Amino acid sequence: MNHLVVLPVLIPLLAGALLLLTGRAGKTVERSIGLLATTAMLVTALALLFQVSTGELMVYYSGNWPAPYGIVLVADRLSALMLSLAALLALASLLYAISGEDRLGPRFHVLFQMQLLGINGAFLTGDLFNLFVFFEILLIASYALQLHGGGRARVRAALHIVVLNLLGSAIFLIAVGAIYAATGTLNLADLAAKVATASSGQTGLLRAGGLLLLVVFALKAALVPLGFWLPPAYAAASAPAAALFAIMTKVGVYAILRVHGLVFGPDAGATASLLSPWLLPIGLLTVLVATLGVLASRDLRRLLAHLVVLSAGTLVLTLGLDSEAATSAALYYALNSTLVGGGLFLLADLIARERGAARTRLDCEQAVARPALLGTLFFLGAIGVAGLPPLAGFAAKLYILQSAYLHTAASWVFSAILLSGLLVIVALSRAGSALFWRTGDTDGLRTPAGLLPAAATTLLLSGTAALMLGGGAVTAFTQATAAQLADRTAYIDAVMSNQAVVPPPQRKGGS
Amino acid sequence: MEILVSILIGVMTASAVYLLLRARIFPVVLGLSLLGYAVNILLFASGRLQLDSAPLVEHGLAQLPDPLPQALVLTAIVIGFGMTAFLVVLALRALHELGDDRMDGGDRP
Repeated sequence: MNHLVVLPVLIPLLAGALLLLTGRAGKTVERSIGLLATTAMLVTALALLFQVSTGELMVYYSGNWPAPYGIVLVADRLSALMLSLAALLALASLLYAISGEDRLGPRFHVLFQMQLLGINGAFLTGDLFNLFVFFEILLIASYALQLHGGGRARVRAALHIVVLNLLGSAIFLIAVGAIYAATGTLNLADLAAKVATASSGQTGLLRAGGLLLLVVFALKAALVPLGFWLPPAYAAASAPAAALFAIMTKVGVYAILRVHGLVFGPDAGATASLLSPWLLPIGLLTVLVATLGVLASRDLRRLLAHLVVLSAGTLVLTLGLDSEAATSAALYYALNSTLVGGGLFLLADLIARERGAARTRLDCEQAVARPALLGTLFFLGAIGVAGLPPLAGFAAKLYILQSAYLHTAASWVFSAILLSGLLVIVALSRAGSALFWRTGDTDGLRTPAGLLPAAATTLLLSGTAALMLGGGAVTAFTQATAAQLADRTAYIDAVMSNQAVVPPPQRKGGS
Repeated sequence: MEILVSILIGVMTASAVYLLLRARIFPVVLGLSLLGYAVNILLFASGRLQLDSAPLVEHGLAQLPDPLPQALVLTAIVIGFGMTAFLVVLALRALHELGDDRMDGGDRP
């Protein structure tokens, strides 16, 4: 068995435990452990990405229990891609945090590692109940990270998130119960095989379970009408936490793609393509509401939070097109929007630090100390997120539109994406002019933060340029990923064959 | 027995939903706990309800219970317990910070 697969779960777990033990050893030790663990995670994720790029499905049988009895971790192209994205985002957020944000509250580094444990686990697991457990780990760390730094706005937002997500967990468990009652298994591969041959008596339970799961994942991905908790929360969260949260909505979308794509796919018998009537309208509505939110925002951080919802909506909209090309386009879009979204949250905090009391409010006339640097970064991020040439946001949107061209709902998709793009450009240019040009008040300039925060921000924002330059290689990979996702039989066979299970040693003598 | 259990789960869930829709934090916490109980019984029932079967494994007894829902319920109870504790602490913190125990945090100054 290849133990590389379990490392993205083990590294943050051990690092988190170690950080708890060394809690009093000072910030330097904490920061070194955090950085070391996150770097190791990135290296592991890239190694996994390299290994699975051959098309191999790496299955890890925890405790050497054969499927479907034990819990399996599965690394395929999609998992490895999302793991690498999460690790890159985490490394940049951590670099930003160690410049001072981690002093705002205790135990920041422990929570950060636990958050990564949940995210990595959710990307790797091949078991529905295990997905629930990793979701809970991810959530409880995110509640505490949301509260990092304290204050009225953060507490209020956290209260809403906790209550909503507890409700979401209850619904998740109801769905798990329904699916287990109908099939008697929770292993995703086994589930996919059993759902395809389910008798008509079980269809009702399976449909109910599958749609309840959609409710849960839509809550995580902040889709309409379950996403109104997100903008106030992300706008209030501290910068490194908000940047890391940029991947959380993608975890929800990933779960839709993985669970519904695999278990309730087109060949799932009576419950085939369970979601196809839902995803497209939900995505369209989310894009609409989020675009209105972007236009109505009077604070840069609030605007960015609405942009996160917008990107989740666009992703679901694209997945709703239900074709391999669309999945590939969605993945390329997810890479770009996550990196740029996280980078912009860090940038907003840099701006807030230099504007003093005006923070990121767009209706205050207050100059920043380094207009050239921050203005350039903002310009780069705005182009990347709005989808203007020459950066990857443009290529991603073009790719989505290209994949939607022959779809029956093409006119809806085209108008939603193009119109929202235009309105986002309007909102971002308005925000940019307010922040960098309407600089009436040049008093009270704050001393700019050091180079490290700016470097971390640049690292994320330059991701969009890198994705454009390496576009050919990246889209080739996302196409292969989409093809692998469509090949459900290969996934089921790889998990259920139990090839990697080590046979028990022969016992000598009788028992 | 199935009818009794389903009525039980239904009544508990309905009460929980009523409590969840209240404006103040304490009823919401109670509602979430109640919903947790209802869900746990539901999970437990997803392994089929049986009478007179062995608690774990007994040789010679044809009807064995399904151990997996029990494990699931155990995990769900632990997680639910932790989450409820966290929510109670957070509610106290919110009461201090916001000076109000309403769910929307009270936008009044």
